[in-house]
Amino acid sequence: MGQEEQATQQMKVIVFQLFENQFGVDVSQVRSIERVVEITKVPRVPSFVKGVIHLRGAVIPVIDLKERLMLDEQPLTDDSRIILLIVNGYEVGAIVDAASDVVDIPLEAIEPPPQMMAAGVDMKFLRGIAKLSDQLLVLLDLDRVLNTEEIEQIFEGEGLGT
Amino acid sequence: MEMNQYLNLFIEESREHLQALNEHLLSLETEPKNEGMVREIFRSAHTLKGMSATMGYEDMASLTHEMENVLDEVRNGKMSVSPEMMDILFQCVDYLEEMVHSISNQGDGRLDVSSVVSGLKRILSGKEVAASSALPPVGSTDVSEVNLLQDEELDWTFDEFELTVIRQSMESGFTVFWVRTAISIDCVMKAARAYIVYSGLEAHGEIIKCVPPVEELEQEKMDRLFDIVLITDKQNEDLEKVVLEVAEVDSVTIKQLDPHQFLYSTSNEIDVATPDVNPLEEAVQATKETAQVPKKETRTKTSSFHQTIRVDIEKLDILMNLFSELVIDRGRLEQIARELRHNGLLETVEHMNRISGDLQNTILTIRMIPLDSVFNRFPRMIRDLTRELDKKIELVIEGADTELDRTLIDEIGDPLVHLLRNSADHGIENPKQRLEAGKSETGTIFLRAYYSGNHVMIEVEDNGKGIGREGVLKKALEQNLITEQQVGSLTDKQVHELLFNSGFSTAEQISGVSGRGVGLDVVKTGIEALGGTISVDSTPGVGTRFLIQLPLTLSIISSMLVQVEHEVYAVPLSSIMETAVFSRDQIMSVQQREVIDFRGKIVPLINLKEIFQLPNQDVSLQEEVSVLIIRKGEKMAGLIIDSFIGQQDIVLKSLGKYLPNVFAISGATILGNGQVALIIDCNQLIR
Repeated sequence: MGQEEQATQQMKVIVFQLFENQFGVDVSQVRSIERVVEITKVPRVPSFVKGVIHLRGAVIPVIDLKERLMLDEQPLTDDSRIILLIVNGYEVGAIVDAASDVVDIPLEAIEPPPQMMAAGVDMKFLRGIAKLSDQLLVLLDLDRVLNTEEIEQIFEGEGLGT
Repeated sequence: MEMNQYLNLFIEESREHLQALNEHLLSLETEPKNEGMVREIFRSAHTLKGMSATMGYEDMASLTHEMENVLDEVRNGKMSVSPEMMDILFQCVDYLEEMVHSISNQGDGRLDVSSVVSGLKRILSGKEVAASSALPPVGSTDVSEVNLLQDEELDWTFDEFELTVIRQSMESGFTVFWVRTAISIDCVMKAARAYIVYSGLEAHGEIIKCVPPVEELEQEKMDRLFDIVLITDKQNEDLEKVVLEVAEVDSVTIKQLDPHQFLYSTSNEIDVATPDVNPLEEAVQATKETAQVPKKETRTKTSSFHQTIRVDIEKLDILMNLFSELVIDRGRLEQIARELRHNGLLETVEHMNRISGDLQNTILTIRMIPLDSVFNRFPRMIRDLTRELDKKIELVIEGADTELDRTLIDEIGDPLVHLLRNSADHGIENPKQRLEAGKSETGTIFLRAYYSGNHVMIEVEDNGKGIGREGVLKKALEQNLITEQQVGSLTDKQVHELLFNSGFSTAEQISGVSGRGVGLDVVKTGIEALGGTISVDSTPGVGTRFLIQLPLTLSIISSMLVQVEHEVYAVPLSSIMETAVFSRDQIMSVQQREVIDFRGKIVPLINLKEIFQLPNQDVSLQEEVSVLIIRKGEKMAGLIIDSFIGQQDIVLKSLGKYLPNVFAISGATILGNGQVALIIDCNQLIR
């Protein structure tokens, strides 16, 4: 990743919560953070795909990040936010419990993902774990989280489209 | 750098000339004595030669040069048109097309043309060798050009308006120059050079006169000289520099017009006029007068050519996108106005609706291109096919001026090629069979296009042998598309539909022309992807007709908004036949499927809640059921919904790359209240 080679040796990260855990995504993959607007359901898609929303003239698919990562769904709260992510050229909104902060993480504070679940998330979705002075930040590998191949497999696996 | 600027122009013009070559060669083939055609063909070849030489595509230039040699002989009556010559000339055009194709794909346009060149040479050597033809005919115009060079006089005059302008600018301290530019004698893109000079000068002042007029310059209707009268505050030397900077300009003569001559001769008139006439008014008057004169001219001219501008397609797409945003806001405004019940607002919105409706139509028509741009390559294709298949086929094209959205135009070509090849290969019999069947030796393929409501229909019809039911059934059985039991019960229509199954080809042998079993199903998918439908009907021994129905445009569609549970869905009007309300006891059950009797036809019902797996309320309590009768070709189905909301123009948006191929959903649209509504794809609901 280009950001890791920067002279500052730091990485800017958007911090958000899922349950009580702190997660982070590279700021360059985030376009904006939105309040939750009305979501139009799309029939016969994987259940973590909540539907589509209208955002400034465009139609954007929205997924529930908790359901995607931890297979656990909870009702939305006032703090819930949609983080608009751009990965591989497509835009996807991800519902999180709260989006709190933007932090700079020194690269040396990032460790590779452990060989086990961290914060209840499958390691295949992790890019690393950042140890900050007061907290642990789980960095997500969005390419994996938002992999469309997998979505298409789910489409086929569930026998959808017939 | 300079070349790049012209590359697009070059490619576009080359294509036009190649198309012209094809058309004229075809006409020449039918009337080999037509001298006018030979001249046209010669002209296209000559222009192509010139353009390609300037752009540095040598293979293309040398090939066109050889073509020119042969054509020149024909033009001068030293040779007559032979079938062999036609074949080689057609081949040349193919090679040229290939080169242009390569160039348009950033290639170098190189191609080994030795085979056709030797063919051309062979034709030439068959006649008395006229070596002189090797000279490019450009030389022949030399004499007249020299004459013009000596003619240094200003042999034209200014009209009233121009005089006024000159006079006024001189009074305000500007100088007026007369600039005569001579373009190099062997320059091949004179128009381009002249244009660079023109715009170069225009950047430094105001051009009030150009001889010959700009339009003629653009069409290269000039010799090497042209004159420009420029009002400027620049010096003689500056202008000279501007002009000489342009490549292939031989010389430039710049003279300052004598202010005394103008101011003196005209000041008298001003004295008479000025006391009570405001100079501005006078200018306006003058403009009006002159404005009227050229109008008359153009009116007589328009009969011969349309006034057009070339616009980057991307700009039209942007315009369309911007307009779609506007349509969304229009919907929102409408809703707000209704909620507020403010009369002034309602009126304004109503007015805005009308205007944006007109605007929408205009934008849509700007994006429309006549189908001719697709059809024009088919005569040539059919000609080649007749040779290849050893059949006699005539192609009759009707309605080539029917217009279609350009996105559709780009996509419709390939399916049509498939269908035409199919008709030529499978439909039309060979001459012997035709005679035996009591038909004329020459088969006919009709290609028709016409409007029908909000659609464009394209027909490909042949008077060939038709689709043999037995042959199709046999093939379908072999391919396991149907079972033995079905054979008897299938209607002819259903049998024809089998042709569109993948892996189906009735050709006994796989020929080079059509049919590797990937024919008609690809055509069908292609056309359905465009939001169109295709059907076929055929009478054995009489012929086959394929009918394609296409929407006029893709991005803005009229639709019916319906509600199911809490969700709003849009159903394109094009697939709706009717809306209806049935009472519950009218619903019958056939083989565990709910059906209704709709005008004597048994129509299956589709429950959207089930299909879309929406949480189902107990609907059986309701007395009445709202049903949308939808269709796909001949098939119908009833869509059970909760309620109708109304008709609305909606803008099609994709669901994004993250959600490809959602079942029965073709996209989404944004409603007036900012909500997203999904658009139902009826084609996928009916099977």
